[in-house]
Amino acid sequence: MTMTTTRISGTINGREVTTEVDNATLLLDLLRDLGLTGAKPSCEMEVCGACAVQLDGLPVSACTTLAIELDGRTVETVEGLAQSADALHPVQRAFLQKSAFQCGFCTPGMIMSAKALLEANPSPSRDDVVHWLEGSICRCTGYESIVEAVLEAAEEMRNG
Amino acid sequence: MAEPSVSGTSIPRLDGPAKVMGRAKYALDLDIPGAAHGVAVRADRAHARIIGVDASKAEALPGVIAVVTAASVAPIDVRFGHISRDHPALAVDKVRYAGEPVALVVAETRRAAEKAARLVRVTYEDLPAVIDAEDALADGAPLLHEVHPGRTGDEGFHNTGADALEGNLCAANLIEWGDLEAELAAADVVVEGEYRYPMLYGYAMEPYNATALFEEGTLTVYTTAQHPYMVRDDLARMFALPLARVRVVVPYVGGGYGTKSYTKVEPLAALGAYATGRPVRVALSVEEAIFTTRSDGAVIRARSAFKSDGTLLARDFDIVMNSGAYSDNSPLVCAKLAARAFGPYRLNALRVRCRSAFTNTTPASSLRGFGAPQGNLAGELQMDEAADRLGIDARELRLLNVVRPGEEILPGKRGIDADLAADLELLTESLGWGEREGVGFGLAASDAGAHPTSTALVRIHGDGSASCAIGATELGQGSRTVLSQILADGLGLPFEKVSIVQSDTGVVAYERTTGASRTTTLVGRSLLAACDDARRRIRELAAEYAADVQDAPGGVVADGEHLSYGAVIRKWFGSGGEVVGVGAIRRHGEFEKLPPFWEIGASGVAVSVDEETGRVVVEQLTTVGDVGFAINPLLVHGQDLGAATMTLGAALSEELVYDGTTLSNPNVVEYRVPRVSDMPAKIDQILAERRDGIGPFGAKGGGEGAGNTIGAAVAAAVGRLLGRYPRELPLTPERVWRLAQEAAPDRETEAVRG
Ligand code: FES
Ligand code: FES
Repeated sequence: MTMTTTRISGTINGREVTTEVDNATLLLDLLRDLGLTGAKPSCEMEVCGACAVQLDGLPVSACTTLAIELDGRTVETVEGLAQSADALHPVQRAFLQKSAFQCGFCTPGMIMSAKALLEANPSPSRDDVVHWLEGSICRCTGYESIVEAVLEAAEEMRNG
Repeated sequence: MAEPSVSGTSIPRLDGPAKVMGRAKYALDLDIPGAAHGVAVRADRAHARIIGVDASKAEALPGVIAVVTAASVAPIDVRFGHISRDHPALAVDKVRYAGEPVALVVAETRRAAEKAARLVRVTYEDLPAVIDAEDALADGAPLLHEVHPGRTGDEGFHNTGADALEGNLCAANLIEWGDLEAELAAADVVVEGEYRYPMLYGYAMEPYNATALFEEGTLTVYTTAQHPYMVRDDLARMFALPLARVRVVVPYVGGGYGTKSYTKVEPLAALGAYATGRPVRVALSVEEAIFTTRSDGAVIRARSAFKSDGTLLARDFDIVMNSGAYSDNSPLVCAKLAARAFGPYRLNALRVRCRSAFTNTTPASSLRGFGAPQGNLAGELQMDEAADRLGIDARELRLLNVVRPGEEILPGKRGIDADLAADLELLTESLGWGEREGVGFGLAASDAGAHPTSTALVRIHGDGSASCAIGATELGQGSRTVLSQILADGLGLPFEKVSIVQSDTGVVAYERTTGASRTTTLVGRSLLAACDDARRRIRELAAEYAADVQDAPGGVVADGEHLSYGAVIRKWFGSGGEVVGVGAIRRHGEFEKLPPFWEIGASGVAVSVDEETGRVVVEQLTTVGDVGFAINPLLVHGQDLGAATMTLGAALSEELVYDGTTLSNPNVVEYRVPRVSDMPAKIDQILAERRDGIGPFGAKGGGEGAGNTIGAAVAAAVGRLLGRYPRELPLTPERVWRLAQEAAPDRETEAVRG
């Protein structure tokens, strides 16, 4: 059994990465093999959002994206947002302030989806946030605190 | 004890920064050097004798290390189970449900193991299967267990109906008092009906996974389990190891809700490690997780008898649970369902017969509120139906019959430690009961907390800071934060000077389980006992140098001089050192009477229904958290909303559906859990803090009560709008539309009557 592999170069959290990947490897597995375990596997069917990362700024489900698609592109994961707890991204800060998680398993994906939203639309309404997060499941919180956190982050980012 | 200063405040969660930065490591994220990957070969049929397993093609695949079966690890007895040891980790002789693991392929990569698993050929001889619980209990039904599994004899699982089990009866419970027939005869109104609660998949977002290794004669397992000590006990039985030689470690857990209580995939990983000598990881997909555990579905036939003045005289319940192929925790769910069906009301007579049936389906076990949401659906809906028939307001009817603080609802059990009438007033006022349409609400009281065995170890260090090692698991409920608050108050230290280590049976002190909302209450009390013990030791040390020693915050006053803990320790040891305090609670003294506390449910909704499409929209959700004292109010709100949301799923969309003998929706596309757009526009969360619990500072458990009444509340709200009460969940658009059609003629007649 031979596997077809491809040599790819891309940027992960600001770092150039060149590697040989099996064509069937998923982006999620590549990231996790590199020790970036923030993005989580859950539904593995592109419905829960636990594996969300940003590919060239757009939110994608890493569970259904092939690793070879990283070639020539830039991926950002939750680990890329802050180097220390004192220098959090506004979305991360808002999630802390609003206690927008419990088990935290959905949190990295939620944060990356929310960040992508705020980059596309800096002044979302509550409905915009709800609409955008429809593809992100959380089983712990009941969502209310998550929506509030995203709105608070939006305000903080606007006020700079 | 002095008034708490750290407890009672919404201190930010300790695990917050790690979780928002993506640095929190779950069992799934751990990198265990040299780990191989195990993938299960699963049965493709519901009930069949295994004729043979041909693994030759799979074994020939590059990267495959071994194909493990129950036969290949003999004489190891692969069965586990904390109540009945009837659940083989790998099928022995026959399979009892579609999806059951038959073999475990261990390979260098997960991909190779998956590929090889598809090449394992199992030959079967089919047996007749039974999927429906009542069919399973009928004469002549296919038998799942030829030899009836006995009980492990754990005292904490007494009253799980071990007597006279035969056929497909997994457990049975009977609660009975008074003269039922006489009360029924004396009644003016008897409400009667059959109610159905669906089988559910809890969908904790981190699927079941475990990594096991044998090292220096010790089995170590990293897993996403709620009860590491229960898993330890199962593994020790399986491998005939002393408890001291099994270590179960639980890092961050990606959702529990009862779905991760007791043993799941740990035996598979351990058998893989045993057979290959390698660390072995078994990480399930969500689909496989659905084939691992679900909750018990129930059919409930109920009768409630009332006087015309509204007095509830008697209730009669006949309940059949669909418990799947193995016992797991269903016998306990059976006992709890029986005790939670009839509600916190005064009754002259009661009969509850609850039977749990083995069927050829995924094994059922605990899920949030175990038993309570099922029973509450029937019990509370009958209060609403009766109110209509009696012409009495549904709130007034409950107020008339609900028990007052201190009254017993189960003879010989602890009296109710809550003011349910006051909770109900808060709830109905928030919902605008009587002022708007489409409101539903209910009450519940669950005998909570499980068996009160808990131990804690507190260490005061040479610099006066303190840490504690306990077996309760941080599931996301915030226990590390809450227990740290209690620890700080117990020793009179600032929050920054304490820390907690959890859930490593090789390190921490024994904790029976993390479930049934017990942690704050029971672990909190053993933790406070350990603090007292450590302070006593500190006073003893100080007394060697001083004539008069008094307790003081963060230390002692010795002969008039304040000495910090650190100063006392350093003086006594000369160099280094620490003081260790131990605390334990058991079923004794004030904990003799069970349950240790009652978990209260007082939640409700306001809904609207689109009669054209049958779609139900929840406009408002109100939870009343009757928690005695909220150690961390923000975390209590989070728990209550989470619990209520989960039951909203059961009320409106969640249901595992069998089509013949196969599960037709084993994925989260077709099994629909609540999304953000399903959330009510208005959410009102009320705390009732009356300091009436047995826990620290008057606290008692929270976190599942808020969900227990939601199913019945949604059904009642929809029923009030349509003019007919639904008796089956979930209220999918199709069901609601049908109900609206059926109810339409009645409503027209009523309109004519005017
Ligand atoms: S795991 Fe990728 S969307 Fe669910
Ligand atoms: S915090 Fe647990 S799934 Fe969202």
